[in-house]
Amino acid sequence: MSAWLSHHSYALALALKRLVRTPFSSLLSIAVMGIALSLPAGGYMLLGNLQTFSGHISGAPQLSLFMALDANRDEAAQIESRLKQHPQVASFQFVPKDSALQQLKQGNGLADVVDSLAQNPLPDAFVINAKSTVPEVLGSLRTEMQKWPKAEHVQLDSAWARRLDALLSLGRVAVLILAALLSFALVAVTFNTIRLQILTRRDEIEVSKLIGATNGFIRRPFLYFGAIQGVAGGIAAWLVIALGIYLINGALADLALLYAFDFRLHHLSSEDSMSLLLFSTWLGWLGAWLSVASHLWQIEPR
Amino acid sequence: MINFGNVSKRYPNSYDALKNITFTIETGEMVFVTGHSGAGKSTLLKLIAAIERPTSGSIIVNGQNVAALKGAAISILRRNLGLVFQDQKILFDRSVFDNVLLPLQIGGFDPKAATGRVRAALDKVGLLDKEKARPITLSGGEQQRLCIARAVVNRPSILIADEPTSNLDTDYARDIMDMFRSFHQVGVTVLIATHDAELLGGAQQRILTLDHGKLAA
Repeated sequence: MSAWLSHHSYALALALKRLVRTPFSSLLSIAVMGIALSLPAGGYMLLGNLQTFSGHISGAPQLSLFMALDANRDEAAQIESRLKQHPQVASFQFVPKDSALQQLKQGNGLADVVDSLAQNPLPDAFVINAKSTVPEVLGSLRTEMQKWPKAEHVQLDSAWARRLDALLSLGRVAVLILAALLSFALVAVTFNTIRLQILTRRDEIEVSKLIGATNGFIRRPFLYFGAIQGVAGGIAAWLVIALGIYLINGALADLALLYAFDFRLHHLSSEDSMSLLLFSTWLGWLGAWLSVASHLWQIEPR
Repeated sequence: MINFGNVSKRYPNSYDALKNITFTIETGEMVFVTGHSGAGKSTLLKLIAAIERPTSGSIIVNGQNVAALKGAAISILRRNLGLVFQDQKILFDRSVFDNVLLPLQIGGFDPKAATGRVRAALDKVGLLDKEKARPITLSGGEQQRLCIARAVVNRPSILIADEPTSNLDTDYARDIMDMFRSFHQVGVTVLIATHDAELLGGAQQRILTLDHGKLAA
Protein backbone atom coordinates (compact mmCIF):
# COMPACT_ATOMS: atom_id res chain seq x y z
CA MET A 1 0.00 0.00 0.00
CA SER A 2 1.36 3.41 -0.87
CA ALA A 3 1.97 5.98 1.86
CA TRP A 4 -0.59 8.27 0.25
CA LEU A 5 -3.35 5.67 0.39
CA SER A 6 -2.36 4.65 3.89
CA HIS A 7 -2.48 8.29 5.04
CA HIS A 8 -5.94 8.81 3.59
CA SER A 9 -7.43 5.57 4.89
CA TYR A 10 -5.95 6.43 8.31
CA ALA A 11 -7.57 9.89 8.22
CA LEU A 12 -10.93 8.48 7.09
CA ALA A 13 -10.89 5.78 9.77
CA LEU A 14 -9.95 8.33 12.43
CA ALA A 15 -12.73 10.72 11.35
CA LEU A 16 -15.32 7.90 11.46
CA LYS A 17 -14.02 6.80 14.86
CA ARG A 18 -14.38 10.34 16.22
CA LEU A 19 -17.88 10.57 14.76
CA VAL A 20 -18.97 7.28 16.34
CA ARG A 21 -17.29 7.97 19.68
CA THR A 22 -19.66 10.87 20.36
CA PRO A 23 -22.87 9.45 18.85
CA PHE A 24 -25.31 11.85 20.48
CA SER A 25 -23.61 15.08 19.49
CA SER A 26 -22.86 13.67 16.02
CA LEU A 27 -26.52 12.78 15.47
CA LEU A 28 -27.57 16.18 16.75
CA SER A 29 -25.21 18.00 14.37
CA ILE A 30 -26.37 15.85 11.45
CA ALA A 31 -30.03 16.50 12.36
CA VAL A 32 -29.40 20.25 12.54
CA MET A 33 -27.73 20.16 9.13
CA GLY A 34 -30.49 17.99 7.67
CA ILE A 35 -33.33 20.17 8.90
CA ALA A 36 -31.60 23.39 7.88
CA LEU A 37 -30.85 22.05 4.39
CA SER A 38 -34.33 20.57 3.97
CA LEU A 39 -35.91 24.06 4.11
CA PRO A 40 -34.34 25.53 0.96
CA ALA A 41 -34.14 22.14 -0.78
CA GLY A 42 -37.78 21.42 0.07
CA GLY A 43 -38.76 24.87 -1.19
CA TYR A 44 -36.90 24.16 -4.39
CA MET A 45 -38.74 20.84 -4.72
CA LEU A 46 -42.15 22.57 -4.26
CA LEU A 47 -41.27 25.23 -6.83
CA GLY A 48 -40.27 22.53 -9.30
CA ASN A 49 -43.61 20.77 -8.81
CA LEU A 50 -45.60 24.00 -9.21
CA GLN A 51 -43.60 24.84 -12.32
CA THR A 52 -44.49 21.51 -13.91
CA PHE A 53 -48.11 22.08 -12.92
CA SER A 54 -48.30 25.56 -14.46
CA GLY A 55 -46.35 24.38 -17.50
CA HIS A 56 -49.11 21.85 -18.23
CA ILE A 57 -51.71 24.56 -18.26
CA SER A 58 -50.27 27.77 -19.65
CA GLY A 59 -48.70 26.82 -22.99
CA ALA A 60 -49.24 29.45 -25.71
CA PRO A 61 -51.26 32.54 -24.76
CA GLN A 62 -54.94 32.05 -25.50
CA LEU A 63 -57.92 34.39 -25.40
CA SER A 64 -61.46 33.19 -24.73
CA LEU A 65 -64.27 35.30 -26.19
CA PHE A 66 -67.66 34.56 -24.63
CA MET A 67 -70.74 35.75 -26.50
CA ALA A 68 -73.79 37.15 -24.76
CA LEU A 69 -76.30 34.43 -23.84
CA ASP A 70 -78.95 35.84 -26.18
CA ALA A 71 -76.59 36.05 -29.19
CA ASN A 72 -77.75 34.09 -32.24
CA ARG A 73 -75.86 32.23 -34.96
CA ASP A 74 -75.66 35.24 -37.31
CA GLU A 75 -74.05 37.36 -34.68
CA ALA A 76 -71.56 34.57 -34.01
CA ALA A 77 -70.80 34.39 -37.73
CA GLN A 78 -70.10 38.13 -37.74
CA ILE A 79 -67.52 37.74 -35.00
CA GLU A 80 -66.04 34.79 -36.87
CA SER A 81 -65.47 36.88 -39.98
CA ARG A 82 -63.90 39.69 -37.89
CA LEU A 83 -61.50 37.16 -36.39
CA LYS A 84 -60.63 35.76 -39.83
CA GLN A 85 -59.59 39.22 -41.04
CA HIS A 86 -57.80 40.30 -37.86
CA PRO A 87 -54.00 40.55 -38.40
CA GLN A 88 -53.15 39.58 -34.79
CA VAL A 89 -55.10 36.32 -34.79
CA ALA A 90 -53.14 33.18 -35.64
CA SER A 91 -56.01 30.71 -35.38
CA PHE A 92 -59.29 30.33 -33.57
CA GLN A 93 -61.86 27.71 -32.74
CA PHE A 94 -65.60 28.13 -32.33
CA VAL A 95 -67.14 26.33 -29.35
CA PRO A 96 -70.95 26.32 -29.69
CA LYS A 97 -72.87 26.35 -26.40
CA ASP A 98 -74.29 22.85 -26.93
CA SER A 99 -70.91 21.15 -27.32
CA ALA A 100 -69.56 23.10 -24.36
CA LEU A 101 -72.41 21.63 -22.28
CA GLN A 102 -71.59 18.15 -23.61
CA GLN A 103 -67.94 18.60 -22.56
CA LEU A 104 -68.99 19.69 -19.10
CA LYS A 105 -71.25 16.66 -18.83
CA GLN A 106 -68.50 14.21 -19.80
CA GLY A 107 -65.75 15.58 -17.60
CA ASN A 108 -65.65 16.38 -13.92
CA GLY A 109 -68.51 14.05 -12.92
CA LEU A 110 -71.06 16.85 -13.09
CA ALA A 111 -73.56 14.94 -15.31
CA ASP A 112 -76.30 14.92 -12.68
CA VAL A 113 -76.00 18.64 -12.09
CA VAL A 114 -76.05 19.41 -15.82
CA ASP A 115 -79.08 17.18 -16.42
CA SER A 116 -81.03 18.96 -13.72
CA LEU A 117 -80.64 22.32 -15.45
CA ALA A 118 -83.76 23.70 -17.18
CA GLN A 119 -81.78 25.45 -19.92
CA ASN A 120 -78.18 25.69 -21.12
CA PRO A 121 -76.41 28.32 -18.96
CA LEU A 122 -73.35 28.41 -21.22
CA PRO A 123 -72.67 30.96 -23.97
CA ASP A 124 -71.16 30.40 -27.41
CA ALA A 125 -67.43 30.97 -27.25
CA PHE A 126 -64.32 31.41 -29.37
CA VAL A 127 -60.91 30.14 -28.28
CA ILE A 128 -58.33 32.36 -30.00
CA ASN A 129 -54.58 31.86 -30.41
CA ALA A 130 -52.84 35.18 -30.84
CA LYS A 131 -49.73 35.70 -33.00
CA SER A 132 -47.94 37.75 -30.38
CA THR A 133 -46.99 36.68 -26.88
CA VAL A 134 -46.24 40.23 -25.70
CA PRO A 135 -48.55 40.98 -22.76
CA GLU A 136 -49.26 44.57 -23.92
CA VAL A 137 -50.38 43.43 -27.40
CA LEU A 138 -52.56 40.73 -25.89
CA GLY A 139 -54.02 43.27 -23.50
CA SER A 140 -55.00 45.71 -26.26
CA LEU A 141 -56.38 42.83 -28.35
CA ARG A 142 -58.57 41.91 -25.42
CA THR A 143 -59.81 45.51 -24.98
CA GLU A 144 -60.56 45.71 -28.73
CA MET A 145 -62.58 42.47 -28.78
CA GLN A 146 -64.47 43.51 -25.69
CA LYS A 147 -66.03 46.34 -27.77
CA TRP A 148 -67.34 44.03 -30.52
CA PRO A 149 -71.14 43.62 -30.63
CA LYS A 150 -72.53 40.85 -28.48
CA ALA A 151 -69.09 40.02 -27.04
CA GLU A 152 -69.94 39.67 -23.37
CA HIS A 153 -66.50 38.92 -21.93
CA VAL A 154 -62.96 38.36 -23.21
CA GLN A 155 -60.56 36.51 -20.99
CA LEU A 156 -56.81 36.33 -21.30
CA ASP A 157 -56.25 32.68 -20.31
CA SER A 158 -52.51 32.97 -19.80
CA ALA A 159 -52.92 35.80 -17.31
CA TRP A 160 -53.07 33.66 -14.21
CA ALA A 161 -50.30 31.38 -15.45
CA ARG A 162 -48.17 34.48 -15.90
CA ARG A 163 -49.02 35.58 -12.41
CA LEU A 164 -48.03 32.11 -11.17
CA ASP A 165 -44.77 32.34 -13.12
CA ALA A 166 -44.03 35.70 -11.54
CA LEU A 167 -44.78 34.24 -8.12
CA LEU A 168 -42.55 31.26 -8.89
CA SER A 169 -39.60 33.47 -9.78
CA LEU A 170 -40.21 35.41 -6.57
CA GLY A 171 -40.23 32.07 -4.73
CA ARG A 172 -36.98 31.11 -6.43
CA VAL A 173 -35.29 34.26 -5.12
CA ALA A 174 -36.65 33.55 -1.64
CA VAL A 175 -35.30 29.98 -1.77
CA LEU A 176 -31.90 31.26 -2.91
CA ILE A 177 -31.72 33.76 -0.05
CA LEU A 178 -32.78 31.05 2.41
CA ALA A 179 -30.18 28.66 0.98
CA ALA A 180 -27.42 31.27 1.25
CA LEU A 181 -28.28 32.15 4.86
CA LEU A 182 -28.62 28.54 6.03
CA SER A 183 -25.44 27.50 4.19
CA PHE A 184 -23.61 30.15 6.14
CA ALA A 185 -25.15 28.81 9.35
CA LEU A 186 -24.07 25.25 8.46
CA VAL A 187 -20.51 26.33 7.77
CA ALA A 188 -20.56 28.02 11.18
CA VAL A 189 -21.88 24.84 12.86
CA THR A 190 -19.09 22.70 11.37
CA PHE A 191 -16.54 25.42 12.12
CA ASN A 192 -17.47 25.29 15.78
CA THR A 193 -17.58 21.48 16.00
CA ILE A 194 -14.10 21.26 14.53
CA ARG A 195 -12.82 24.10 16.74
CA LEU A 196 -13.89 22.14 19.83
CA GLN A 197 -12.27 18.97 18.46
CA ILE A 198 -9.00 20.78 17.84
CA LEU A 199 -8.98 22.24 21.34
CA THR A 200 -9.65 18.85 22.98
CA ARG A 201 -6.93 17.25 20.82
CA ARG A 202 -4.29 19.83 21.56
CA ASP A 203 -1.86 17.30 23.07
CA GLU A 204 -2.24 14.86 20.21
CA ILE A 205 -1.68 17.59 17.62
CA GLU A 206 1.36 18.92 19.48
CA VAL A 207 2.97 15.50 19.86
CA SER A 208 2.22 14.62 16.24
CA LYS A 209 3.93 17.79 15.04
CA LEU A 210 6.93 17.06 17.27
CA ILE A 211 7.45 13.60 15.82
CA GLY A 212 7.18 14.67 12.22
CA ALA A 213 3.55 15.06 11.21
CA THR A 214 3.01 17.53 8.38
CA ASN A 215 0.18 20.05 8.61
CA GLY A 216 -1.61 18.05 5.94
CA PHE A 217 -1.49 14.91 8.11
CA ILE A 218 -3.02 16.78 11.04
CA ARG A 219 -5.58 18.63 8.92
CA ARG A 220 -6.86 15.59 7.01
CA PRO A 221 -8.95 13.80 9.71
CA PHE A 222 -10.73 17.07 10.52
CA LEU A 223 -11.53 17.71 6.85
CA TYR A 224 -12.84 14.16 6.46
CA PHE A 225 -14.91 14.66 9.59
CA GLY A 226 -16.48 17.83 8.19
CA ALA A 227 -17.16 16.21 4.83
CA ILE A 228 -18.72 13.08 6.38
CA GLN A 229 -20.92 15.20 8.61
CA GLY A 230 -21.87 17.24 5.55
CA VAL A 231 -22.85 14.24 3.43
CA ALA A 232 -24.81 12.77 6.34
CA GLY A 233 -26.59 16.11 6.75
CA GLY A 234 -27.44 16.07 3.04
CA ILE A 235 -28.87 12.57 3.31
CA ALA A 236 -30.86 13.64 6.38
CA ALA A 237 -32.27 16.61 4.41
CA TRP A 238 -33.24 14.31 1.53
CA LEU A 239 -35.03 12.00 3.98
CA VAL A 240 -36.83 14.92 5.65
CA ILE A 241 -38.12 16.03 2.23
CA ALA A 242 -39.12 12.45 1.34
CA LEU A 243 -41.09 12.21 4.58
CA GLY A 244 -42.77 15.56 3.87
CA ILE A 245 -43.73 14.45 0.36
CA TYR A 246 -45.13 11.18 1.69
CA LEU A 247 -47.33 13.00 4.20
CA ILE A 248 -48.48 15.70 1.74
CA ASN A 249 -49.21 13.17 -1.01
CA GLY A 250 -51.39 11.24 1.42
CA ALA A 251 -53.47 14.37 1.99
CA LEU A 252 -53.43 15.22 -1.74
CA ALA A 253 -54.83 11.77 -2.59
CA ASP A 254 -57.94 12.58 -0.52
CA LEU A 255 -58.29 15.94 -2.27
CA ALA A 256 -57.85 14.26 -5.65
CA LEU A 257 -60.75 11.91 -4.86
CA LEU A 258 -62.98 14.82 -3.91
CA TYR A 259 -62.16 17.14 -6.79
CA ALA A 260 -61.22 14.66 -9.54
CA PHE A 261 -57.83 16.14 -10.37
CA ASP A 262 -54.48 14.44 -10.39
CA PHE A 263 -51.62 16.24 -8.73
CA ARG A 264 -48.85 14.55 -6.77
CA LEU A 265 -45.58 15.94 -5.46
CA HIS A 266 -42.41 14.42 -6.88
CA HIS A 267 -39.05 14.29 -5.06
CA LEU A 268 -35.95 16.05 -6.36
CA SER A 269 -34.60 14.53 -9.57
CA SER A 270 -31.55 12.29 -9.18
CA GLU A 271 -29.35 15.12 -10.55
CA ASP A 272 -30.77 17.56 -8.01
CA SER A 273 -30.42 15.00 -5.20
CA MET A 274 -26.78 14.47 -6.17
CA SER A 275 -26.23 18.23 -6.23
CA LEU A 276 -27.76 18.49 -2.75
CA LEU A 277 -25.38 15.82 -1.40
CA LEU A 278 -22.34 17.33 -3.11
CA PHE A 279 -23.24 20.80 -1.87
CA SER A 280 -23.76 19.68 1.73
CA THR A 281 -20.49 17.71 1.62
CA TRP A 282 -18.73 20.80 0.35
CA LEU A 283 -20.29 22.94 3.09
CA GLY A 284 -19.06 20.54 5.80
CA TRP A 285 -15.62 20.39 4.25
CA LEU A 286 -15.47 24.19 3.97
CA GLY A 287 -16.46 24.70 7.61
CA ALA A 288 -13.80 22.21 8.71
CA TRP A 289 -11.18 23.77 6.45
CA LEU A 290 -11.85 27.28 7.74
CA SER A 291 -11.73 26.03 11.33
CA VAL A 292 -8.49 24.12 10.85
CA ALA A 293 -6.91 27.03 8.99
CA SER A 294 -7.75 29.47 11.76
CA HIS A 295 -6.93 27.28 14.77
CA LEU A 296 -4.16 24.85 13.88
CA TRP A 297 -1.37 27.40 13.59
CA GLN A 298 -2.03 28.40 17.21
CA ILE A 299 -0.75 25.00 18.34
CA GLU A 300 2.99 25.16 17.85
CA PRO A 301 5.07 22.74 19.91
CA ARG A 302 7.52 24.19 22.43
CA MET B 1 26.39 14.08 11.23
CA ILE B 2 25.47 16.96 13.54
CA ASN B 3 27.41 20.19 13.14
CA PHE B 4 26.87 23.47 15.02
CA GLY B 5 28.67 26.52 13.59
CA ASN B 6 28.68 29.68 15.74
CA VAL B 7 25.12 29.07 16.89
CA SER B 8 23.46 31.64 19.14
CA LYS B 9 19.91 31.61 20.44
CA ARG B 10 18.29 34.63 21.99
CA TYR B 11 14.70 34.31 23.21
CA PRO B 12 12.23 37.17 22.57
CA ASN B 13 12.65 38.38 26.13
CA SER B 14 16.31 39.04 25.18
CA TYR B 15 17.57 36.14 27.27
CA ASP B 16 20.62 34.55 25.65
CA ALA B 17 20.17 30.78 25.96
CA LEU B 18 23.15 29.84 23.77
CA LYS B 19 26.16 31.96 22.83
CA ASN B 20 28.36 31.15 19.86
CA ILE B 21 28.29 27.37 20.11
CA THR B 22 30.47 25.32 17.73
CA PHE B 23 30.88 21.53 17.80
CA THR B 24 30.61 18.42 15.62
CA ILE B 25 29.18 15.01 16.47
CA GLU B 26 30.27 12.16 14.18
CA THR B 27 28.05 9.31 13.02
CA GLY B 28 27.75 6.60 15.67
CA GLU B 29 29.02 8.74 18.52
CA MET B 30 27.36 8.82 21.92
CA VAL B 31 27.51 12.28 23.48
CA PHE B 32 26.27 13.69 26.79
CA VAL B 33 25.32 17.32 27.20
CA THR B 34 25.60 18.45 30.81
CA GLY B 35 25.41 21.67 32.75
CA HIS B 36 23.43 23.38 35.47
CA SER B 37 19.72 23.90 34.99
CA GLY B 38 19.18 26.82 32.64
CA ALA B 39 22.56 26.31 30.97
CA GLY B 40 20.89 25.80 27.57
CA LYS B 41 20.85 21.98 27.26
CA SER B 42 17.19 21.76 26.23
CA THR B 43 17.53 24.66 23.80
CA LEU B 44 20.49 22.94 22.15
CA LEU B 45 18.52 19.73 21.62
CA LYS B 46 15.42 21.62 20.38
CA LEU B 47 17.54 23.42 17.79
CA ILE B 48 18.55 20.08 16.26
CA ALA B 49 14.89 19.07 15.77
CA ALA B 50 13.93 22.58 14.55
CA ILE B 51 11.56 22.96 17.51
CA GLU B 52 13.46 26.20 18.19
CA ARG B 53 15.19 28.25 15.51
CA PRO B 54 18.69 29.75 16.02
CA THR B 55 19.11 33.51 16.12
CA SER B 56 22.35 33.14 14.20
CA GLY B 57 24.75 30.42 13.03
CA SER B 58 24.27 27.21 11.08
CA ILE B 59 23.08 23.78 12.22
CA ILE B 60 23.76 20.90 9.84
CA VAL B 61 21.98 17.60 10.51
CA ASN B 62 22.36 14.75 8.00
CA GLY B 63 23.76 17.26 5.51
CA GLN B 64 20.80 19.65 5.77
CA ASN B 65 20.91 23.15 7.19
CA VAL B 66 18.15 22.87 9.78
CA ALA B 67 18.08 26.64 10.36
CA ALA B 68 16.83 27.17 6.80
CA LEU B 69 14.20 24.37 6.70
CA LYS B 70 10.53 25.24 6.32
CA GLY B 71 7.14 23.46 6.49
CA ALA B 72 7.09 19.87 5.32
CA ALA B 73 10.92 19.66 5.24
CA ILE B 74 10.91 20.12 9.04
CA SER B 75 8.41 17.27 9.39
CA ILE B 76 10.60 14.98 7.31
CA LEU B 77 13.69 15.93 9.34
CA ARG B 78 11.85 15.06 12.58
CA ARG B 79 10.79 11.66 11.21
CA ASN B 80 14.46 10.77 10.88
CA LEU B 81 15.19 11.69 14.49
CA GLY B 82 14.21 9.74 17.58
CA LEU B 83 13.11 12.25 20.20
CA VAL B 84 12.61 11.61 23.92
CA PHE B 85 11.10 14.72 25.49
CA GLN B 86 11.80 16.09 28.93
CA ASP B 87 8.06 16.25 29.67
CA GLN B 88 7.52 12.85 27.96
CA LYS B 89 4.45 13.94 25.97
CA ILE B 90 2.70 10.60 26.32
CA LEU B 91 -0.90 10.56 25.02
CA PHE B 92 -3.03 9.26 27.87
CA ASP B 93 -6.18 8.79 25.77
CA ARG B 94 -4.81 5.68 24.05
CA SER B 95 -3.02 2.42 24.81
CA VAL B 96 0.73 1.89 25.05
CA PHE B 97 0.59 0.20 21.64
CA ASP B 98 -1.18 3.15 20.00
CA ASN B 99 1.31 5.62 21.49
CA VAL B 100 4.18 3.78 19.84
CA LEU B 101 2.18 3.33 16.62
CA LEU B 102 1.72 7.10 16.10
CA PRO B 103 5.11 7.81 14.45
CA LEU B 104 4.47 4.98 11.95
CA GLN B 105 0.99 6.32 11.13
CA ILE B 106 2.58 9.69 10.51
CA GLY B 107 5.15 8.01 8.28
CA GLY B 108 2.36 6.37 6.27
CA PHE B 109 3.31 2.77 7.09
CA ASP B 110 1.26 -0.20 5.98
CA PRO B 111 -0.77 -1.19 9.10
CA LYS B 112 0.50 -4.81 9.11
CA ALA B 113 4.16 -3.88 8.84
CA ALA B 114 3.58 -1.18 11.47
CA THR B 115 2.19 -3.70 13.98
CA GLY B 116 5.34 -5.78 13.70
CA ARG B 117 7.58 -2.78 14.22
CA VAL B 118 5.64 -1.56 17.25
CA ARG B 119 5.95 -5.00 18.89
CA ALA B 120 9.66 -5.08 18.13
CA ALA B 121 10.16 -1.65 19.70
CA LEU B 122 8.11 -2.58 22.78
CA ASP B 123 10.10 -5.79 23.08
CA LYS B 124 13.37 -3.87 23.05
CA VAL B 125 12.32 -1.73 26.01
CA GLY B 126 10.65 -4.66 27.84
CA LEU B 127 7.05 -3.46 27.58
CA LEU B 128 5.68 -6.11 25.21
CA ASP B 129 3.37 -7.55 27.88
CA LYS B 130 1.89 -4.07 28.52
CA GLU B 131 0.93 -3.16 24.97
CA LYS B 132 -2.79 -3.00 25.77
CA ALA B 133 -2.29 -1.10 29.03
CA ARG B 134 -3.20 2.54 29.49
CA PRO B 135 -0.06 4.67 30.01
CA ILE B 136 -1.49 6.07 33.26
CA THR B 137 -1.19 2.59 34.84
CA LEU B 138 2.56 2.39 34.11
CA SER B 139 5.27 3.21 36.66
CA GLY B 140 7.58 6.18 36.07
CA GLY B 141 10.32 3.96 34.67
CA GLU B 142 7.88 2.18 32.38
CA GLN B 143 6.51 5.49 31.08
CA GLN B 144 10.06 6.55 30.24
CA ARG B 145 10.64 3.26 28.41
CA LEU B 146 7.41 3.86 26.49
CA CYS B 147 8.86 7.20 25.35
CA ILE B 148 12.03 5.46 24.21
CA ALA B 149 10.01 2.86 22.28
CA ARG B 150 8.12 5.65 20.51
CA ALA B 151 11.42 7.37 19.69
CA VAL B 152 13.08 4.29 18.17
CA VAL B 153 10.10 2.67 16.38
CA ASN B 154 10.98 4.62 13.21
CA ARG B 155 14.54 3.22 13.42
CA PRO B 156 16.12 6.68 13.38
CA SER B 157 19.84 7.20 12.82
CA ILE B 158 19.95 9.85 15.55
CA LEU B 159 18.45 9.46 19.03
CA ILE B 160 18.04 12.59 21.14
CA ALA B 161 16.90 12.48 24.76
CA ASP B 162 16.29 15.41 27.07
CA GLU B 163 16.75 14.52 30.77
CA PRO B 164 15.52 10.93 30.29
CA THR B 165 16.31 9.99 33.89
CA SER B 166 15.28 13.11 35.77
CA ASN B 167 12.30 11.62 37.61
CA LEU B 168 13.73 8.15 38.24
CA ASP B 169 15.60 6.63 41.13
CA THR B 170 19.15 5.45 40.52
CA ASP B 171 18.42 1.81 39.57
CA TYR B 172 15.77 2.73 37.02
CA ALA B 173 18.00 5.52 35.70
CA ARG B 174 20.83 3.06 35.17
CA ASP B 175 18.44 0.74 33.28
CA ILE B 176 17.46 3.57 30.98
CA MET B 177 21.07 4.57 30.37
CA ASP B 178 22.00 0.96 29.55
CA MET B 179 19.19 0.97 27.02
CA PHE B 180 20.64 4.05 25.30
CA ARG B 181 24.11 2.43 25.31
CA SER B 182 22.68 -0.63 23.57
CA PHE B 183 21.27 1.58 20.81
CA HIS B 184 24.66 3.26 20.55
CA GLN B 185 26.28 -0.14 20.18
CA VAL B 186 24.19 -0.97 17.13
CA GLY B 187 25.36 2.21 15.41
CA VAL B 188 22.79 4.84 16.39
CA THR B 189 24.12 8.33 17.08
CA VAL B 190 22.94 9.15 20.61
CA LEU B 191 22.74 12.60 22.21
CA ILE B 192 21.56 12.84 25.82
CA ALA B 193 21.11 15.94 27.96
CA THR B 194 21.42 15.32 31.70
CA HIS B 195 22.34 17.20 34.85
CA ASP B 196 22.80 13.90 36.66
CA ALA B 197 26.59 13.72 36.96
CA GLU B 198 26.44 10.39 38.76
CA LEU B 199 25.28 8.63 35.58
CA LEU B 200 28.36 9.82 33.74
CA GLY B 201 30.79 8.36 36.24
CA GLY B 202 32.95 5.74 34.60
CA ALA B 203 31.46 6.40 31.19
CA GLN B 204 33.90 6.63 28.33
CA GLN B 205 31.64 8.84 26.25
CA ARG B 206 32.30 12.34 25.12
CA ILE B 207 30.76 15.09 27.27
CA LEU B 208 29.76 18.60 26.17
CA THR B 209 29.45 20.89 29.19
CA LEU B 210 27.36 24.02 28.93
CA ASP B 211 27.81 26.93 31.31
CA HIS B 212 25.44 29.90 31.01
CA GLY B 213 24.95 29.23 27.29
CA LYS B 214 28.65 28.79 26.52
CA LEU B 215 30.50 25.60 25.75
CA ALA B 216 33.08 24.87 28.47
CA ALA B 217 36.33 23.38 27.19
